[in-house]
Amino acid sequence: MDKEKMSCELMALTFALNDLNLYLDTHPEDQETIRLYNNIVNKRKVLSDTYQAMFGPLVAYQYSGSDDKWDWVDDPWPWQRKECGK
Amino acid sequence: MWLYEKKLAFPVNIKKPDPRMAKLIITQYGGADGELGAALRYLSQRFTMPNGKTRALLNDIGSEELGHLEMVGTICSQLLEGADCKMLRDAGYDASYVEHGVGVYPQNAAGVPFTAAAIQSKGDPITDLTENLAAEQKAKKTYEYLIDMCDDPDVLEPLRFLREREVVHLQRFGEALEIVRDLRNEKKIFY
Repeated sequence: MDKEKMSCELMALTFALNDLNLYLDTHPEDQETIRLYNNIVNKRKVLSDTYQAMFGPLVAYQYSGSDDKWDWVDDPWPWQRKECGK
Repeated sequence: MWLYEKKLAFPVNIKKPDPRMAKLIITQYGGADGELGAALRYLSQRFTMPNGKTRALLNDIGSEELGHLEMVGTICSQLLEGADCKMLRDAGYDASYVEHGVGVYPQNAAGVPFTAAAIQSKGDPITDLTENLAAEQKAKKTYEYLIDMCDDPDVLEPLRFLREREVVHLQRFGEALEIVRDLRNEKKIFY
C-alpha cells in the first residue's frame, strides 16, 4: 500500500472509531458495538504503526523514529494540498 | 489534554482557487454557527454535565469540532492558494485581503470577527443540551446554504462530510437530553 492509500485507510478507520465512540457514549452497554470498536482499534493500531515506521510521525509522542533529525517538522502538514490527491 | 494527530479528519485537496467560496466558507470557521463556536460551546458546557455519559459526549463532540475547525481552515486556505489580485478583487475578497491577506481569520462571511456572544454555557444540562440541538441544526443549514453556493466537487465533498456530522451530533445530543431527563425523572412536556 502506498502512502496516500494508507493515509486514506487510516482516515477511514479513525472516522469509524470516532463515530462509534460518540454512539457508545450514549449506549455504553451495547456489546456488539463494543466488539466492533475493539476490532477496529486493533486494525487501526497495526496500520498506524506501519505508517509511522514508513512515513514518519502522526502523533509526536507515539513516535521514536527520529534519529539525527527531528522528523516531526517534515512536510506535508495536513492543511497542505496532498492528502488523497484525486 | 489533547493529542494532535498529523492528519485531517477527512481529505481536503482543492486544486482550483476560488476566493468567493473562501469568503463564504470562513463563516464555518469563525461565524455564529461555525466550528470554533461549536468546540468552545461543548468543551465549556462539559464541566456541568451531570454524569459520565453526558460528560463523555460533550468532551468527545467538542474535540471532534476542533478537527472540523482544522478542516474548514484548510478548505479556506486552499481556496485562496494561487489566487492573484485580480481574482481576489473580482470575488469581492479585497476588504478581507487588506485586513488579513490570505491568512485564515475567525470571522463570518460578512467579515465580523468571532465572538463568544453567539454561544452559551448556562450551567444547566437541560438548557445546554437544548441549545446544542438548535446549534447543530443551524450548522447543518449553514453547510446546506454553502453547498447551494458551490459547484466544485473538491469543495463539495468535505462540505457534505461536515454537514453529515451535524446530523449525527444532533442525534447524540437528543439521546443525551433523554438521559438527563431520565436521571431527573422528569415528564417530557415540550409545549
